[in-house]
Amino acid sequence: MDKIHIEGLEKTYVSKGGRVTALTQVNLTIRQNEFITLVGPSGCGKSTLLKLIGGLIRPSRGLLLHDGVALTRPPRDVGVVFQEAVLLEWRSVLDNVLLPAEILGLDKTKARARAMHLLNLVGLAGFERRFPRELSGGMQQRVSICRALIHNPSVLLMDEPFAALDAMTREELGFELMRIWDTDKKTVIFVTHNITEAILLADRVVAMSRRPGRIANTVDVALPRPRTIDMEFSPQFKSYSDQIRAVIYHGEGDGRR
Amino acid sequence: MTAQLVHETTETSDEVPETSESSARAILGATLTFLALVALWELLVRAFNIPGWLLPTPSAIAVALAEWRDELVRHSLVTLYETLLGFALSIAISIPLAVAVVHSAILRNTIYPILLAFQSVPKVAIAPLLTLWIGFGMLPKIAVVFLVCFFPIIVATATGLSAVPAPLMELIRSLSASTMQTFIKIRFPTAMPYIFVGLKVAITLAVIGAVIGEFVGSEDGLGYLIVVSTSQSRTPLAFAALVLLTAISIVLYYGIAFIERIAVPWAPKN
Repeated sequence: MDKIHIEGLEKTYVSKGGRVTALTQVNLTIRQNEFITLVGPSGCGKSTLLKLIGGLIRPSRGLLLHDGVALTRPPRDVGVVFQEAVLLEWRSVLDNVLLPAEILGLDKTKARARAMHLLNLVGLAGFERRFPRELSGGMQQRVSICRALIHNPSVLLMDEPFAALDAMTREELGFELMRIWDTDKKTVIFVTHNITEAILLADRVVAMSRRPGRIANTVDVALPRPRTIDMEFSPQFKSYSDQIRAVIYHGEGDGRR
Repeated sequence: MTAQLVHETTETSDEVPETSESSARAILGATLTFLALVALWELLVRAFNIPGWLLPTPSAIAVALAEWRDELVRHSLVTLYETLLGFALSIAISIPLAVAVVHSAILRNTIYPILLAFQSVPKVAIAPLLTLWIGFGMLPKIAVVFLVCFFPIIVATATGLSAVPAPLMELIRSLSASTMQTFIKIRFPTAMPYIFVGLKVAITLAVIGAVIGEFVGSEDGLGYLIVVSTSQSRTPLAFAALVLLTAISIVLYYGIAFIERIAVPWAPKN
Protein backbone atom coordinates (compact mmCIF):
# COMPACT_ATOMS: atom_id res chain seq x y z
CA MET A 1 0.00 0.00 0.00
CA ASP A 2 1.21 3.53 -0.73
CA LYS A 3 1.97 5.42 2.46
CA ILE A 4 2.95 8.69 0.84
CA HIS A 5 2.21 9.78 -2.68
CA ILE A 6 3.85 12.88 -4.14
CA GLU A 7 3.11 14.23 -7.59
CA GLY A 8 4.39 17.37 -9.33
CA LEU A 9 5.39 18.86 -6.00
CA GLU A 10 6.95 22.31 -6.01
CA LYS A 11 8.08 24.63 -3.24
CA THR A 12 9.13 28.21 -3.84
CA TYR A 13 10.08 30.78 -1.26
CA VAL A 14 9.64 34.48 -1.77
CA SER A 15 12.59 36.41 -0.40
CA LYS A 16 14.01 39.89 -0.86
CA GLY A 17 16.14 38.70 -3.73
CA GLY A 18 13.09 37.36 -5.55
CA ARG A 19 11.56 33.90 -5.82
CA VAL A 20 13.69 30.93 -4.87
CA THR A 21 12.65 27.52 -6.10
CA ALA A 22 13.64 25.06 -3.37
CA LEU A 23 12.03 22.03 -4.99
CA THR A 24 10.47 21.34 -8.34
CA GLN A 25 8.82 18.48 -10.24
CA VAL A 26 9.05 16.03 -7.37
CA ASN A 27 7.31 12.73 -8.02
CA LEU A 28 7.74 10.03 -5.41
CA THR A 29 5.67 7.19 -4.05
CA ILE A 30 6.69 5.67 -0.74
CA ARG A 31 5.33 2.28 0.25
CA GLN A 32 4.26 1.41 3.76
CA ASN A 33 7.21 0.35 5.94
CA GLU A 34 9.73 1.29 3.32
CA PHE A 35 13.09 2.66 4.43
CA ILE A 36 13.88 5.62 2.16
CA THR A 37 16.99 7.74 2.30
CA LEU A 38 17.14 11.16 0.67
CA VAL A 39 20.70 11.98 -0.30
CA GLY A 40 22.18 15.00 -2.00
CA PRO A 41 24.43 18.02 -1.60
CA SER A 42 23.40 20.82 0.72
CA GLY A 43 20.80 23.10 -0.83
CA CYS A 44 19.19 20.31 -2.87
CA GLY A 45 15.95 20.68 -0.94
CA LYS A 46 16.06 17.34 0.89
CA SER A 47 15.19 18.90 4.25
CA THR A 48 12.46 20.95 2.55
CA LEU A 49 10.97 17.74 1.14
CA LEU A 50 11.06 16.21 4.63
CA LYS A 51 9.26 19.23 6.11
CA LEU A 52 6.64 19.06 3.38
CA ILE A 53 6.01 15.38 4.15
CA GLY A 54 5.81 16.25 7.86
CA GLY A 55 3.18 18.90 7.12
CA LEU A 56 5.38 21.60 8.67
CA ILE A 57 5.33 23.66 5.50
CA ARG A 58 2.83 23.73 2.63
CA PRO A 59 3.66 22.92 -0.98
CA SER A 60 3.46 25.79 -3.48
CA ARG A 61 2.10 23.43 -6.11
CA GLY A 62 1.40 19.74 -6.56
CA LEU A 63 -0.07 16.82 -4.72
CA LEU A 64 1.03 15.30 -1.41
CA LEU A 65 -1.06 12.43 -0.03
CA HIS A 66 -0.68 10.64 3.32
CA ASP A 67 -2.58 7.36 3.27
CA GLY A 68 -4.44 8.76 0.26
CA VAL A 69 -5.46 11.98 2.04
CA ALA A 70 -4.10 15.45 1.34
CA LEU A 71 -2.40 17.13 4.30
CA THR A 72 -3.97 20.16 5.88
CA ARG A 73 -1.98 20.05 9.15
CA PRO A 74 0.89 17.99 10.56
CA PRO A 75 -0.33 14.38 10.69
CA ARG A 76 -0.45 12.77 14.14
CA ASP A 77 1.27 9.55 13.25
CA VAL A 78 4.60 11.13 12.34
CA GLY A 79 7.72 11.15 14.51
CA VAL A 80 10.61 13.52 13.85
CA VAL A 81 14.33 13.41 14.67
CA PHE A 82 16.71 16.28 13.90
CA GLN A 83 20.46 16.70 13.62
CA GLU A 84 20.54 18.07 17.16
CA ALA A 85 18.83 16.04 19.85
CA VAL A 86 17.18 19.24 21.23
CA LEU A 87 16.23 17.60 24.51
CA LEU A 88 14.64 19.67 27.28
CA GLU A 89 17.44 20.09 29.77
CA TRP A 90 15.07 20.50 32.72
CA ARG A 91 13.48 17.11 32.11
CA SER A 92 14.89 13.69 32.88
CA VAL A 93 15.54 11.25 30.04
CA LEU A 94 12.22 9.53 30.72
CA ASP A 95 10.24 12.80 30.82
CA ASN A 96 11.89 13.92 27.59
CA VAL A 97 10.74 10.74 25.89
CA LEU A 98 7.24 11.28 27.29
CA LEU A 99 6.88 14.86 25.96
CA PRO A 100 4.93 13.98 22.76
CA ALA A 101 2.68 11.63 24.77
CA GLU A 102 1.82 14.53 27.12
CA ILE A 103 1.09 16.91 24.26
CA LEU A 104 -1.07 14.34 22.48
CA GLY A 105 -2.81 13.44 25.75
CA LEU A 106 -2.01 9.72 25.59
CA ASP A 107 -2.65 7.29 28.45
CA LYS A 108 0.13 7.93 31.01
CA THR A 109 0.70 4.39 32.25
CA LYS A 110 0.87 2.93 28.77
CA ALA A 111 3.15 5.74 27.54
CA ARG A 112 5.50 5.17 30.48
CA ALA A 113 5.70 1.47 29.78
CA ARG A 114 6.40 2.14 26.11
CA ALA A 115 9.05 4.73 26.99
CA MET A 116 10.85 2.22 29.21
CA HIS A 117 10.63 -0.38 26.44
CA LEU A 118 12.11 2.05 23.89
CA LEU A 119 14.92 3.19 26.20
CA ASN A 120 15.73 -0.44 26.80
CA LEU A 121 15.78 -1.02 23.04
CA VAL A 122 18.43 1.68 22.49
CA GLY A 123 20.57 0.51 25.41
CA LEU A 124 19.60 3.29 27.82
CA ALA A 125 17.93 1.16 30.48
CA GLY A 126 18.93 2.57 33.88
CA PHE A 127 19.43 6.07 32.46
CA GLU A 128 15.78 7.19 32.64
CA ARG A 129 16.33 9.42 35.73
CA ARG A 130 19.45 11.05 34.29
CA PHE A 131 19.40 14.53 32.77
CA PRO A 132 20.45 15.35 29.20
CA ARG A 133 23.61 17.19 30.27
CA GLU A 134 24.86 13.97 31.85
CA LEU A 135 24.70 12.12 28.53
CA SER A 136 27.08 11.95 25.57
CA GLY A 137 25.95 13.21 22.14
CA GLY A 138 25.20 9.68 20.94
CA MET A 139 23.12 8.92 24.03
CA GLN A 140 21.19 12.18 23.62
CA GLN A 141 20.38 11.29 20.03
CA ARG A 142 19.19 7.85 21.17
CA VAL A 143 16.82 9.60 23.59
CA SER A 144 15.51 11.81 20.80
CA ILE A 145 14.82 8.71 18.69
CA CYS A 146 12.83 7.23 21.58
CA ARG A 147 10.93 10.53 21.84
CA ALA A 148 10.07 10.33 18.13
CA LEU A 149 8.73 6.80 18.57
CA ILE A 150 6.79 7.19 21.83
CA HIS A 151 3.39 7.73 20.19
CA ASN A 152 4.04 4.79 17.85
CA PRO A 153 3.91 6.80 14.62
CA SER A 154 3.70 4.95 11.33
CA VAL A 155 6.10 7.41 9.70
CA LEU A 156 9.52 8.40 11.06
CA LEU A 157 11.14 11.50 9.56
CA MET A 158 14.84 11.89 10.24
CA ASP A 159 16.75 15.02 9.19
CA GLU A 160 20.48 14.17 9.16
CA PRO A 161 20.08 12.62 12.61
CA PHE A 162 23.63 11.28 12.89
CA ALA A 163 25.48 14.11 11.12
CA ALA A 164 26.68 15.74 14.35
CA LEU A 165 28.07 12.49 15.79
CA ASP A 166 31.53 10.99 15.45
CA ALA A 167 32.01 8.33 12.77
CA MET A 168 31.92 5.35 15.12
CA THR A 169 28.82 6.43 17.04
CA ARG A 170 27.22 7.23 13.72
CA GLU A 171 27.75 3.68 12.44
CA GLU A 172 26.60 2.16 15.71
CA LEU A 173 23.40 4.21 15.71
CA GLY A 174 22.71 3.36 12.07
CA PHE A 175 22.70 -0.35 12.86
CA GLU A 176 20.65 0.27 16.00
CA LEU A 177 18.08 2.15 13.95
CA MET A 178 17.83 -0.74 11.49
CA ARG A 179 17.37 -3.16 14.37
CA ILE A 180 14.53 -1.06 15.80
CA TRP A 181 12.96 -0.72 12.35
CA ASP A 182 13.22 -4.50 11.94
CA THR A 183 11.32 -5.27 15.15
CA ASP A 184 8.86 -2.39 14.83
CA LYS A 185 8.25 -1.65 11.15
CA LYS A 186 7.65 1.92 10.10
CA THR A 187 7.95 4.04 7.02
CA VAL A 188 11.28 5.80 7.51
CA ILE A 189 12.39 8.81 5.51
CA PHE A 190 15.99 9.57 6.36
CA VAL A 191 17.85 12.62 5.07
CA THR A 192 21.63 12.46 4.80
CA HIS A 193 24.49 13.88 2.77
CA ASN A 194 26.53 10.73 3.33
CA ILE A 195 26.19 8.37 0.34
CA THR A 196 27.54 5.32 2.19
CA GLU A 197 25.10 5.81 5.04
CA ALA A 198 22.28 6.31 2.53
CA ILE A 199 22.95 2.99 0.77
CA LEU A 200 23.63 0.99 3.91
CA LEU A 201 20.32 1.93 5.53
CA ALA A 202 17.88 2.13 2.64
CA ASP A 203 15.50 -0.02 0.69
CA ARG A 204 15.59 2.77 -1.83
CA VAL A 205 17.91 5.75 -2.15
CA VAL A 206 16.41 8.93 -3.56
CA ALA A 207 19.26 10.98 -4.98
CA MET A 208 18.63 14.68 -5.32
CA SER A 209 20.46 17.48 -7.08
CA ARG A 210 20.22 21.22 -6.63
CA ARG A 211 19.37 24.49 -8.35
CA PRO A 212 16.54 23.87 -8.44
CA GLY A 213 16.20 20.98 -5.99
CA ARG A 214 14.75 17.93 -7.66
CA ILE A 215 14.92 14.14 -7.65
CA ALA A 216 17.75 13.11 -9.95
CA ASN A 217 17.33 9.35 -9.64
CA THR A 218 16.09 6.63 -7.32
CA VAL A 219 18.16 3.52 -6.71
CA ASP A 220 16.68 0.30 -5.34
CA VAL A 221 19.11 -1.28 -2.90
CA ALA A 222 18.90 -5.05 -3.25
CA LEU A 223 21.41 -5.86 -0.51
CA PRO A 224 20.03 -8.51 1.87
CA ARG A 225 18.99 -7.65 5.43
CA PRO A 226 20.25 -7.57 8.09
CA ARG A 227 22.89 -5.33 6.61
CA THR A 228 26.49 -5.63 7.76
CA ILE A 229 29.41 -3.24 7.68
CA ASP A 230 31.44 -5.33 5.19
CA MET A 231 28.72 -4.93 2.56
CA GLU A 232 30.23 -1.51 2.08
CA PHE A 233 33.14 -3.14 0.23
CA SER A 234 31.08 -5.33 -2.11
CA PRO A 235 31.08 -4.56 -5.86
CA GLN A 236 27.30 -4.18 -5.73
CA PHE A 237 27.63 -1.44 -3.10
CA LYS A 238 30.21 0.33 -5.21
CA SER A 239 27.96 0.25 -8.25
CA TYR A 240 25.12 1.85 -6.22
CA SER A 241 27.50 4.42 -4.92
CA ASP A 242 28.75 5.24 -8.43
CA GLN A 243 25.22 5.55 -9.77
CA ILE A 244 24.27 7.97 -7.02
CA ARG A 245 27.45 10.00 -7.30
CA ALA A 246 26.99 10.28 -11.05
CA VAL A 247 23.46 11.71 -10.87
CA ILE A 248 24.20 14.03 -7.98
CA TYR A 249 27.25 15.58 -9.61
CA HIS A 250 25.88 15.42 -13.14
CA GLY A 251 22.84 17.32 -11.93
CA GLU A 252 25.24 19.98 -10.71
CA GLY A 253 26.86 20.79 -14.03
CA ASP A 254 24.11 20.33 -16.57
CA GLY A 255 23.73 23.99 -17.37
CA ARG A 256 20.72 24.65 -15.16
CA ARG A 257 22.54 27.14 -12.94
CA MET B 1 28.14 -1.28 25.32
CA THR B 2 26.48 -0.33 28.60
CA ALA B 3 29.83 -0.47 30.38
CA GLN B 4 31.21 1.98 27.84
CA LEU B 5 28.29 4.36 28.42
CA VAL B 6 28.79 4.28 32.19
CA HIS B 7 32.44 5.06 31.63
CA GLU B 8 31.54 8.11 29.55
CA THR B 9 29.39 9.62 32.30
CA THR B 10 31.77 8.95 35.17
CA GLU B 11 34.47 10.73 33.22
CA THR B 12 32.49 13.99 33.23
CA SER B 13 31.54 13.79 36.93
CA ASP B 14 35.22 13.54 37.91
CA GLU B 15 35.57 17.28 37.51
CA VAL B 16 33.03 18.26 40.18
CA PRO B 17 35.05 17.98 43.44
CA GLU B 18 37.96 19.84 41.88
CA THR B 19 35.83 22.89 40.96
CA SER B 20 34.15 23.12 44.39
CA GLU B 21 37.55 22.97 46.07
CA SER B 22 38.94 25.76 43.90
CA SER B 23 35.85 27.92 44.53
CA ALA B 24 36.35 27.53 48.31
CA ARG B 25 39.91 28.65 47.82
CA ALA B 26 38.70 31.64 45.78
CA ILE B 27 36.29 32.71 48.57
CA LEU B 28 39.06 32.45 51.18
CA GLY B 29 41.41 34.47 49.00
CA ALA B 30 38.84 37.22 48.42
CA THR B 31 38.03 37.45 52.15
CA LEU B 32 41.69 37.74 53.14
CA THR B 33 42.30 40.41 50.50
CA PHE B 34 39.27 42.34 51.74
CA LEU B 35 40.44 42.22 55.36
CA ALA B 36 43.94 43.31 54.33
CA LEU B 37 42.51 46.31 52.45
CA VAL B 38 40.42 47.34 55.48
CA ALA B 39 43.49 47.09 57.71
CA LEU B 40 45.50 49.16 55.22
CA TRP B 41 42.75 51.80 55.18
CA GLU B 42 42.79 52.02 58.98
CA LEU B 43 46.58 52.31 59.03
CA LEU B 44 46.84 54.95 56.31
CA VAL B 45 44.14 57.18 57.79
CA ARG B 46 45.86 57.06 61.18
CA ALA B 47 49.39 57.46 59.77
CA PHE B 48 48.50 60.56 57.74
CA ASN B 49 46.18 62.01 60.39
CA ILE B 50 43.28 62.41 58.01
CA PRO B 51 40.36 64.08 59.84
CA GLY B 52 37.33 61.88 60.52
CA TRP B 53 34.87 64.15 58.70
CA LEU B 54 36.91 63.73 55.52
CA LEU B 55 37.62 60.01 55.64
CA PRO B 56 36.74 58.04 58.79
CA THR B 57 38.65 54.95 59.81
CA PRO B 58 36.91 51.56 59.54
CA SER B 59 36.86 51.41 63.35
CA ALA B 60 35.08 54.80 63.50
CA ILE B 61 32.51 53.50 61.01
CA ALA B 62 32.01 50.43 63.19
CA VAL B 63 31.43 52.70 66.20
CA ALA B 64 28.89 54.73 64.20
CA LEU B 65 27.13 51.52 63.18
CA ALA B 66 26.77 50.51 66.83
CA GLU B 67 25.86 53.97 68.14
CA TRP B 68 23.22 54.75 65.52
CA ARG B 69 21.92 51.19 65.43
CA ASP B 70 18.21 51.95 65.88
CA GLU B 71 18.15 54.84 63.40
CA LEU B 72 20.11 52.82 60.85
CA VAL B 73 17.76 49.86 61.13
CA ARG B 74 14.71 52.10 60.68
CA HIS B 75 16.13 53.79 57.58
CA SER B 76 17.35 50.46 56.19
CA LEU B 77 13.87 48.99 56.45
CA VAL B 78 12.43 51.95 54.53
CA THR B 79 14.95 51.55 51.71
CA LEU B 80 14.51 47.79 51.70
CA TYR B 81 10.74 48.17 51.53
CA GLU B 82 10.91 50.61 48.60
CA THR B 83 13.38 48.37 46.80
CA LEU B 84 11.39 45.17 47.19
CA LEU B 85 8.03 46.75 46.40
CA GLY B 86 9.34 48.45 43.23
CA PHE B 87 11.10 45.24 42.22
CA ALA B 88 8.01 43.10 42.76
CA LEU B 89 5.83 45.58 40.88
CA SER B 90 8.32 45.51 38.02
CA ILE B 91 8.24 41.70 37.85
CA ALA B 92 4.45 41.67 38.00
CA ILE B 93 4.15 43.99 35.02
CA SER B 94 7.19 43.33 32.84
CA ILE B 95 6.99 39.52 32.70
CA PRO B 96 3.35 39.37 31.50
CA LEU B 97 4.14 42.19 29.08
CA ALA B 98 7.10 40.21 27.70
CA VAL B 99 4.81 37.20 27.23
CA ALA B 100 2.33 39.40 25.33
CA VAL B 101 5.09 40.90 23.18
CA VAL B 102 6.45 37.48 22.24
CA HIS B 103 3.03 36.14 21.29
CA SER B 104 1.70 39.15 19.43
CA ALA B 105 3.32 40.48 16.29
CA ILE B 106 1.33 43.72 16.64
CA LEU B 107 2.67 44.44 20.13
CA ARG B 108 6.15 43.40 19.05
CA ASN B 109 6.10 45.95 16.25
CA THR B 110 4.38 48.77 18.13
CA ILE B 111 4.99 48.82 21.89
CA TYR B 112 8.29 46.97 22.13
CA PRO B 113 10.42 49.40 20.07
CA ILE B 114 9.04 52.31 22.10
CA LEU B 115 9.87 50.52 25.35
CA LEU B 116 13.39 49.85 24.16
CA ALA B 117 13.83 53.46 23.08
CA PHE B 118 12.57 54.59 26.48
CA GLN B 119 15.29 52.51 28.08
CA SER B 120 17.89 55.07 27.00
CA VAL B 121 16.20 57.82 29.05
CA PRO B 122 18.37 58.26 32.16
CA LYS B 123 16.16 57.30 35.08
CA VAL B 124 18.15 59.53 37.47
CA ALA B 125 16.91 62.49 35.49
CA ILE B 126 13.30 61.38 35.90
CA ALA B 127 13.47 61.12 39.69
CA PRO B 128 12.92 64.88 40.36
CA LEU B 129 9.98 64.86 37.94
CA LEU B 130 8.44 61.89 39.74
CA THR B 131 8.70 63.84 42.99
CA LEU B 132 7.03 66.77 41.27
CA TRP B 133 4.21 64.54 40.04
CA ILE B 134 3.59 62.19 42.95
CA GLY B 135 5.02 63.97 45.97
CA PHE B 136 7.53 63.18 48.69
CA GLY B 137 6.28 59.90 50.12
CA MET B 138 7.48 56.41 49.33
CA LEU B 139 5.59 56.30 46.06
CA PRO B 140 8.07 58.24 43.88
CA LYS B 141 10.94 56.04 45.19
CA ILE B 142 9.00 52.90 44.39
CA ALA B 143 8.32 54.37 40.95
CA VAL B 144 12.05 54.95 40.32
CA VAL B 145 12.83 51.39 41.41
CA PHE B 146 10.07 50.11 39.15
CA LEU B 147 11.47 52.03 36.18
CA VAL B 148 15.08 50.92 36.59
CA CYS B 149 14.07 47.26 37.03
CA PHE B 150 11.53 47.20 34.23
CA PHE B 151 13.82 47.08 31.21
CA PRO B 152 16.33 44.44 32.25
CA ILE B 153 13.47 42.12 33.21
CA ILE B 154 11.31 42.62 30.13
CA VAL B 155 14.25 42.35 27.73
CA ALA B 156 15.61 39.22 29.43
CA THR B 157 12.17 37.59 29.52
CA ALA B 158 11.33 38.37 25.90
CA THR B 159 14.75 37.11 24.79
CA GLY B 160 14.36 33.93 26.82
CA LEU B 161 10.86 33.22 25.55
CA SER B 162 12.16 33.50 21.99
CA ALA B 163 15.23 31.35 22.62
CA VAL B 164 13.59 28.00 21.89
CA PRO B 165 15.78 26.20 19.30
CA ALA B 166 14.14 26.08 15.84
CA PRO B 167 14.13 22.24 15.58
CA LEU B 168 12.37 22.05 18.94
CA MET B 169 9.67 24.43 17.70
CA GLU B 170 9.26 22.20 14.63
CA LEU B 171 8.94 19.13 16.81
CA ILE B 172 6.26 20.86 18.85
CA ARG B 173 4.45 21.99 15.72
CA SER B 174 4.58 18.49 14.26
CA LEU B 175 2.62 17.38 17.34
CA SER B 176 0.10 20.22 16.80
CA ALA B 177 0.70 21.47 20.36
CA SER B 178 -1.47 24.38 21.48
CA THR B 179 0.03 27.81 22.24
CA MET B 180 -0.64 27.14 25.93
CA GLN B 181 1.12 23.76 25.89
CA THR B 182 4.06 25.28 24.03
CA PHE B 183 4.27 28.08 26.57
CA ILE B 184 4.07 25.93 29.69
CA LYS B 185 6.14 22.97 28.56
CA ILE B 186 8.71 24.67 26.35
CA ARG B 187 8.87 28.46 26.22
CA PHE B 188 8.66 29.36 29.89
CA PRO B 189 11.18 26.78 31.16
CA THR B 190 13.52 27.81 28.31
CA ALA B 191 13.16 31.45 29.40
CA MET B 192 13.77 30.78 33.12
CA PRO B 193 17.58 31.07 33.12
CA TYR B 194 17.29 34.27 31.03
CA ILE B 195 14.67 35.70 33.40
CA PHE B 196 16.97 35.14 36.36
CA VAL B 197 19.80 36.92 34.58
CA GLY B 198 17.41 39.86 34.18
CA LEU B 199 16.32 39.65 37.83
CA LYS B 200 19.89 39.66 39.08
CA VAL B 201 20.74 42.73 37.01
CA ALA B 202 17.49 44.40 38.12
CA ILE B 203 17.89 43.80 41.86
CA THR B 204 21.25 45.60 42.02
CA LEU B 205 19.78 48.49 40.03
CA ALA B 206 16.73 48.45 42.32
CA VAL B 207 18.77 49.45 45.39
CA ILE B 208 20.45 52.23 43.40
CA GLY B 209 17.01 53.36 42.20
CA ALA B 210 15.68 53.60 45.74
CA VAL B 211 18.69 55.65 46.88
CA ILE B 212 18.36 58.01 43.90
CA GLY B 213 14.72 58.50 44.80
CA GLU B 214 15.70 59.29 48.38
CA PHE B 215 18.46 61.69 47.32
CA VAL B 216 15.97 63.81 45.40
CA GLY B 217 13.61 64.41 48.23
CA SER B 218 12.61 62.40 51.25
CA GLU B 219 12.51 62.24 55.03
CA ASP B 220 13.76 58.72 55.55
CA GLY B 221 15.70 55.86 54.00
CA LEU B 222 19.45 55.26 53.81
CA GLY B 223 19.82 57.65 50.84
CA TYR B 224 18.28 60.43 52.93
CA LEU B 225 20.57 59.53 55.83
CA ILE B 226 23.65 59.80 53.62
CA VAL B 227 22.62 63.24 52.30
CA VAL B 228 21.80 64.61 55.77
CA SER B 229 24.80 63.19 57.65
CA THR B 230 27.20 64.34 54.94
CA SER B 231 25.81 67.88 55.07
CA GLN B 232 26.30 67.82 58.87
CA SER B 233 29.87 66.47 58.51
CA ARG B 234 28.86 63.24 60.25
CA THR B 235 30.89 61.29 57.73
CA PRO B 236 31.21 58.07 59.80
CA LEU B 237 27.41 57.83 59.87
CA ALA B 238 27.23 58.35 56.08
CA PHE B 239 29.74 55.54 55.71
CA ALA B 240 27.75 53.34 58.07
CA ALA B 241 24.69 53.88 55.85
CA LEU B 242 26.82 53.05 52.83
CA VAL B 243 27.94 49.81 54.46
CA LEU B 244 24.32 48.84 55.08
CA LEU B 245 23.33 49.72 51.51
CA THR B 246 26.07 47.49 50.20
CA ALA B 247 25.00 44.72 52.56
CA ILE B 248 21.36 45.01 51.40
CA SER B 249 22.47 44.91 47.79
CA ILE B 250 24.61 41.81 48.30
CA VAL B 251 22.01 39.97 50.36
CA LEU B 252 19.28 40.66 47.79
CA TYR B 253 21.50 39.58 44.90
CA TYR B 254 22.44 36.31 46.55
CA GLY B 255 18.82 35.83 47.60
CA ILE B 256 17.84 35.89 43.93
CA ALA B 257 20.77 33.63 43.06
CA PHE B 258 19.62 31.21 45.77
CA ILE B 259 16.05 31.14 44.45
CA GLU B 260 17.50 30.56 40.98
CA ARG B 261 19.48 27.58 42.22
CA ILE B 262 16.25 26.01 43.47
CA ALA B 263 13.90 27.07 40.65
CA VAL B 264 16.30 26.55 37.74
CA PRO B 265 18.74 23.80 38.70
CA TRP B 266 19.65 23.34 35.03
CA ALA B 267 20.88 26.94 34.60
CA PRO B 268 24.57 27.35 33.83
CA LYS B 269 26.47 28.38 36.97
CA ASN B 270 28.52 31.54 36.78
